[in-house]
Amino acid sequence: MNSDPVSLPGEPAVDLNLGIAHGLTPEEFDHIKKILGRIPTYTELGVFSVMWSEHCSYKSSRRHLKMMPSRGPRVVQGPGENAGAIDIGDGWLAVFKIESHNHPSFVEPYQGAATGVGGILRDIFTMGARPIANMDSLKFGSFDHPRTKYLLASVVGGIGGYGNCVGVPTVAGETMFDPAYNGNILVNAFCLGLVRREDLLSARASGVGNPVLYVGSATGRDGIHGASLLASAEFDAESESKRPTVQVGDPFTEKLLIEACLEAARTGAIVAIQDMGAAGLTSSSSEMAGRGGLGIELDLDRVPLREAGLTPYEILLSESQERMLIVADRGRVDELQRVFAKWDLHAVEIGRITDDQNWRIRFGGRIVADIPIAPLSDDAPMYDRPAAPPADPQPIESSHPKPPPPSRAGDALRTLLASPNIASKRWIFRQYDSIVQSNTVAGPGGDAAVLRIKGVRRGLALTVDSNPRACAIDPYLGAVATVCEAAINVACAGARPVGITNCLNYGNPERPEIMWQFIRGVEGIRDAAIAFAAPVVSGNVSFYNETEGRAIPPTPTIAMVGLLEDFTAAVTHFFTHAGDQVLVVRTNSPRLAGSEYAAQFRCDDRGLDSRGLGSIDLSYERALAEMLVDAAQAGLIRSAHDVSGGGLAVALTEACFNPGGALGAEFSLPSEFETAVELFGEGRSTIVLSAAAENIGQLRQLIGAAGLKIVASGRVTELPRLKIGSVIDEDVLALREIYERALPGRIGEP
Amino acid sequence: MKWGVVSFPGSLDDRDTLYALREVMGQDAIPLWHKDESLGGARCIVLPGGFSYGDYLRCGAIARCSPIMRSVVRFANDGGLVMGICNGFQILCEAHLLPGALTRNRSLSFICEQVTVRVANAHTAFTRSARKGALLRLPIKHGEGLYTAFDDELSAIEERGQVLLRYVAPDGSARDEANPNGSINAIAGVANERFNVFGLMPHPEHAIEPRLGGDDGLAIFRSIIESAA
Repeated sequence: MNSDPVSLPGEPAVDLNLGIAHGLTPEEFDHIKKILGRIPTYTELGVFSVMWSEHCSYKSSRRHLKMMPSRGPRVVQGPGENAGAIDIGDGWLAVFKIESHNHPSFVEPYQGAATGVGGILRDIFTMGARPIANMDSLKFGSFDHPRTKYLLASVVGGIGGYGNCVGVPTVAGETMFDPAYNGNILVNAFCLGLVRREDLLSARASGVGNPVLYVGSATGRDGIHGASLLASAEFDAESESKRPTVQVGDPFTEKLLIEACLEAARTGAIVAIQDMGAAGLTSSSSEMAGRGGLGIELDLDRVPLREAGLTPYEILLSESQERMLIVADRGRVDELQRVFAKWDLHAVEIGRITDDQNWRIRFGGRIVADIPIAPLSDDAPMYDRPAAPPADPQPIESSHPKPPPPSRAGDALRTLLASPNIASKRWIFRQYDSIVQSNTVAGPGGDAAVLRIKGVRRGLALTVDSNPRACAIDPYLGAVATVCEAAINVACAGARPVGITNCLNYGNPERPEIMWQFIRGVEGIRDAAIAFAAPVVSGNVSFYNETEGRAIPPTPTIAMVGLLEDFTAAVTHFFTHAGDQVLVVRTNSPRLAGSEYAAQFRCDDRGLDSRGLGSIDLSYERALAEMLVDAAQAGLIRSAHDVSGGGLAVALTEACFNPGGALGAEFSLPSEFETAVELFGEGRSTIVLSAAAENIGQLRQLIGAAGLKIVASGRVTELPRLKIGSVIDEDVLALREIYERALPGRIGEP
Repeated sequence: MKWGVVSFPGSLDDRDTLYALREVMGQDAIPLWHKDESLGGARCIVLPGGFSYGDYLRCGAIARCSPIMRSVVRFANDGGLVMGICNGFQILCEAHLLPGALTRNRSLSFICEQVTVRVANAHTAFTRSARKGALLRLPIKHGEGLYTAFDDELSAIEERGQVLLRYVAPDGSARDEANPNGSINAIAGVANERFNVFGLMPHPEHAIEPRLGGDDGLAIFRSIIESAA
């Protein structure tokens, strides 16, 4: 190519001010000029602004993410592709990732949440894996906030509307309500797929001259600058005007795309494939070529469009959904096109792979962009932003004056069960198809979902967890606690933790205290992931979660994948047999700091700050996880439930809620345990186990050998009544009514 | 016995139905493609659940215009056995192979949960292996499962015993809160006048393995196998 690319008639003249309006800093704008040796064209400016956005480039987080463990004997694909992959035996790989769609979901909740699901699905099937399970982690503001009900209903509607229509079950999730999210909700979507080891696809282009195929939906004007202007900036009064940057989902086309891509993969004619997610055609084309150390040429005149008159700038930056880019084996394009024609989808050759390491774009016979690929992707700016702890750490405060704790423990228990953070989330998960694909052994509502893998004995356990209240008190310990909770949740189902994907939701990284929270969070995940030998194989960072200068509490979300050697050995979180013995095992004493109890009631200082979160001994946590897995696989336990929100009293209550008919439990507690902190405290880790009487001796031995303490015991009763020492004596059916009615009641449904 | 399971674009439970028939029940089952007209010699055709053509219009309204539906209608008119599950039920109503229509759940939201249905007529090809009055635990998962029909049509359906399944409480009692979607007369499944076409909102193909939430759905499939024998 001998001539420089040109701006088109009618396009604005490019200067520093236009660069700043695109979210670039003056230094970044200068850097672009240096890379190109000239002023960028208008199209090129748009391209740099999205590729160098925080959302696409991870410029503030990249150097810190490297410290997380991403290797291990099971890891087949770590960070760097569209999703991570781990070997789960029998020739199968589990491919999984979690991603945020926070800002779009706040601005346009139904489509924001729906396209969050769509995007994460594509990250999975682009690896050649059939998506088999979705999960979601949601954070909303207080129910007293006027937008909360609308956001909740629309986000849940969007997740269901998309997930149900593509035939991928939503098997688990978590939802929290806290005033700290009034101005910035969180929607993190997880997907896991399965692929035979030999069928794993890559997003690394190879083969100079190989054709580039555009497949899926046509390109429209939706989602332009979603990644840069929406996802990489804080909210303010103008945010409403950014609604057009939110994409619109079409799950029907996504379903066709899943089937067509998986069928196309079986032809063996796909060299590389990537979905057009954030920054659409730009990121998919430059990243695939970049990974292969090659160049790429695209002719935008061939791109299928929804309407005439789109400019190259718009075509390249569109985030229209349900589109994929494929590098095909030369000479086998027809074969691929036949598959996409069968599914009534576009499959158009729009370019080819070159050997010059440039990203070159033609439009109307002219070259409108010609950029060296490395600075667009791997060599994008990387910052070492200053980090410093805040002068005065501020745990999340309630927006209302809190009442003093009730004098009767039973009253406190009922208040906690009615809190939307603890109450049943059935109103949410009944709106999701959790059984399609016929693999769901245990669906939503327990500690972890359990899936069988057809044709083999092995199974998977999945959970997604976060603990922003603990992270607000101590971003390091809070992150450690979150990983522990996720690991213990899958272990409660009988599964060994084998892999993590995380979604790191924080405020504005340009503020040193936020950067400090982030780094401490990554360090916490690192230490806990190493302790459980569960590598972090994929993930996503979401910064700028703040509104008018007020950041969300640090919210690292951890999705854990656990492996069951035998899915039929999975245990439930609820008691199953009257007469069974119940043991409470724990690694440390509970704390009220960061607990739901402390969020509901005024607690004195002794209960809170002076004791803080306490410490976490990761060797005990790991021993606990291993004990749970061994006990389940040996058939020694019938149920295992992790104590979390609401503490031991709530966990015991939930364990009585057998869906086939409520059971009861009777506990004798030493009198020094009859305190709010023992009954309602949280912190790591306490487990409620039930076992048949004949196994209890062996189980006690196993617990002792693991160096763990049994702190209380009791038995499951036929009579649905919960008795804890002399302090709690409640009708389980009445408690269940409170637990089940709370959320619909808040929403105002009969 | 040979079964045919139709895949429309947007069908979701087609693979699960094939799995249930082949892997769990050891049946001979073939996939049928919406663009074809051949039914492959199948003795019973299943229209599976899902969102055919995205169901952006009335559910099933586009699917019923597919080439394969011409053959399905002919097959049904000749007395062949046809079962529509969920979206398949909606398609059969749109194709006028079954009376009535399915509209949005009274909650206006999608519902996925286990329900109990009572076998209201056990003398049909689809229910003969169950006793009259038997209770089946089956999952539902739909947004538009509220069955409705005009008054005269409804009384005719009821009189002829075309209602095969009704939503009831787990103890078998008829209670309004046990009706998950607000269907008229708590109708969960209905047959045509000849009793060779059957549509139901619950998913028997998702109730075939005790480990995965029960196997009461086998009663429906076994009935069809007995009838065809």
